[in-house]
Amino acid sequence: MVPSPLASAILFHLGPLAITRPVATTWGIMAVLTVTSWLVTRQLSLHPNRRQTVLEVVVTSIMVQIEEVIRKNPRPFLPLLGTLFIFLVSANLSGVLPGVEAPTGKIETPAALALIVFGAVHYFGVRARGPLGYLASFAKPKLIMLPLNIVSEVTRTFSLMVRLFGNVMSGEFVIGLVVALAGLFVPIPLMALEILIGLVQAYIFTVLATVFIGAAVDTIVPG
Amino acid sequence: MDVKLISILAAALAISVGSIGPALAEGRSVAAAMDAIARQPEAAGTISRTLFVGLAMIETMAIYCLVIALLLLFANPYAR
Repeated sequence: MVPSPLASAILFHLGPLAITRPVATTWGIMAVLTVTSWLVTRQLSLHPNRRQTVLEVVVTSIMVQIEEVIRKNPRPFLPLLGTLFIFLVSANLSGVLPGVEAPTGKIETPAALALIVFGAVHYFGVRARGPLGYLASFAKPKLIMLPLNIVSEVTRTFSLMVRLFGNVMSGEFVIGLVVALAGLFVPIPLMALEILIGLVQAYIFTVLATVFIGAAVDTIVPG
Repeated sequence: MDVKLISILAAALAISVGSIGPALAEGRSVAAAMDAIARQPEAAGTISRTLFVGLAMIETMAIYCLVIALLLLFANPYAR
């Protein structure tokens, strides 16, 4: 029997908590990203060296992308969305390393990220329009749209989760099947495709989170 | 037929029928985007960003079918 792609292997127990493999991988990626950011931002100067130039290119291009979608000062949204994008890129691409499974290929990591986006949308919406103004926005354009708007809040979070999980997991599943059927070097083109899919899915997740937040702060029409 | 056999058939049916619609839809949207880029190459950035988001939305339908198929195969509540 093939191991289920919906279950994840338990590494060890921390008291009553079972620490699974994707959680440990996530901690590893978080540690690497934190240490790298600390090292890169340690000595910032007006005359950037090579590392700082790369950092500035990454940060400003993410900022430009957010600004093009939200059409507002992107600075308040940059910490969340930039971190989300960089984490997703490293998490999706970590599956290429030997011995590492991409944590986004198990359902709990995309679920947690989608919940973060769900919370952030309401946080930014309430902060931009006030609690009553934000609640009133659910009854637009007509009061009859109220149940549909509430349902769409839940379903779009769900589809955000399922999209990321399904893409990454199905890629790994296909590679596993081809390795089992054909042999060692055959799945290399598939793995290249998997790198592309990982990048595109990280981009799409971030853009959709940006679009949802932009709709909540009322700079773009929700679609 | 027992439940396991029906589940396998239903999983195959779900993924095969469910991928027809998204495939046609993705083809149409990419063709429309190519047409738009050919007419207005200066708007290529905006068009391709919207295209990617739209493709992700369409692809979600096929991914739903995939998840249903996997649930039937690996987490079927009736197969025990």
